[in-house]
Amino acid sequence: MNRRLDIPFDRDGSGRFLPWLIALMVYLAALAASGALALDRALAIWDRGLTGTLTVELPPAPATGKGDGGLAAAVKLLTTTPGVLAAQPLAREEVGKLLEPWLGPTLPPEELTLPRLIDVRIDTGRGVDLDGLRGALVKAAPGAVLDDHRLWLDRLAGLIRSAQATALGIVALIGIAAVLTVIFTTRTGLAVHRDVIELLHLMGARDAYIATQFQYQALRLGAGGGVIGLGLALATLAALGHATDAASMFGERTLPLPSMGLALWDWAALPLLPAAAAVLAMVTARITVLGALSRMP
Amino acid sequence: MVRFENVAIRYGAGPEVLHDIDMRLAPGSFHFLTGPSGAGKTTLLRMIYLAERPTRGTVSLFEQDVAQLSRDALANLRRKIGIVFQDFRLVDHLSAFDNVALPLRVAGVDEVRVKAHVTELLEWVGLADHLEAKPATLSGGQKQRMAIARAVIAGPSLLLADEPTGNVDDAMADRLMRLFEEMNRLGTTLVLATHNEALVARRGHPRLHLDNGRLVVESPLARAVAAS
Repeated sequence: MNRRLDIPFDRDGSGRFLPWLIALMVYLAALAASGALALDRALAIWDRGLTGTLTVELPPAPATGKGDGGLAAAVKLLTTTPGVLAAQPLAREEVGKLLEPWLGPTLPPEELTLPRLIDVRIDTGRGVDLDGLRGALVKAAPGAVLDDHRLWLDRLAGLIRSAQATALGIVALIGIAAVLTVIFTTRTGLAVHRDVIELLHLMGARDAYIATQFQYQALRLGAGGGVIGLGLALATLAALGHATDAASMFGERTLPLPSMGLALWDWAALPLLPAAAAVLAMVTARITVLGALSRMP
Repeated sequence: MVRFENVAIRYGAGPEVLHDIDMRLAPGSFHFLTGPSGAGKTTLLRMIYLAERPTRGTVSLFEQDVAQLSRDALANLRRKIGIVFQDFRLVDHLSAFDNVALPLRVAGVDEVRVKAHVTELLEWVGLADHLEAKPATLSGGQKQRMAIARAVIAGPSLLLADEPTGNVDDAMADRLMRLFEEMNRLGTTLVLATHNEALVARRGHPRLHLDNGRLVVESPLARAVAAS
């Protein structure tokens, strides 16, 4: 690339604001992309946590002396079902702890009418006939409900995918805005430096020679703005991370907020944004200049 | 070298600025281009150095119809043409050295040769002490010499000059004319637009005279055309 600039871009006010506009765009794009990546990671964590588990919910325990309401039968059925690795009934205190973030610690579980839960782990490689198991459970323990979390997870995945599509749409719109900004700036530069450009043209400079000068300038300004935007975005993301950590603490307890952090790989991918912005600015400037020069005699 | 056949040009919907220009400049010829202000001298030069396209007619340079050439081929043609602009058209932010070096750099000449050639030529035109000077710090005459140095640095086959001696004293004007004539002797074709009738008379080269947008072929030119 020709680094010698025959065109006095430093005297051209049109390029003065381009780095800041690119910085703003990279900042917004980085936040939108981070949101999409964080949602993807959160979904993967939830999916991983729930895959291979089932929950059996039984009606509240009957009064003392009237049996266990089918709990033992249900556990026995589960442990003898092919593909089930373990079936562990949750103690009343454990069920109460699940509700504690919403109800608080002051309400004793024994005062609540709570369903009984059985935590089931299954062999994901082997699979379980869930429809058959549901029918057998109802026979063994009337009122039993088998929850494989799939419906909830599918709806959550749909919601997250919609949010991700929106975020990526925002990134695409920001990219279009960046392209339009570079086109406008480049055209202004072409008008401001028309005399020098015509001079180079008349000396026999090929269109590519002149376009290279504009594209190098756009690359320089785009890269500078991109780095500024990325720096601001990283600072914002770090602040958001601290805010999320602070919000999940409630006294000495931790609220079950979903993890919205980025993986190491995601952090490593973010610098691609300013690089992409710089390359986009460079290519846009080149195409704009070549198009304008093609109209010269 | 340069051939115009029935060439005319107009700007937009305005009247024709030049009409029915027919001329043929042989390789190695030296012509003065004269005429009153507004006669179309600069427009004719602009058509020769390919800054303007004719509205009608055919322009051929170096035996090639320029209307048929690709953009890269036109760029190659332009590299064979040196131009001294009336208003110099120096690049303000570049030094004298870099201004003069532009045609060589545009042509991709390596920096070692650029440095040697530019330094030598700037010494010849008396600007050896101003290699790093920006045009704004130089006098009108110095700028003109810089513009001439830039026009001849790449050894053009065709040199077009619009009032090249207008801002220099008689001694420097003679010196620059000797440079042009030396280039002409070495094979460069020259067209030099001027108002300086004394210069035209003193040098005795054939004249292309424009009057009201029409080329008037005077006897010296008629002889030149006949000879070619």
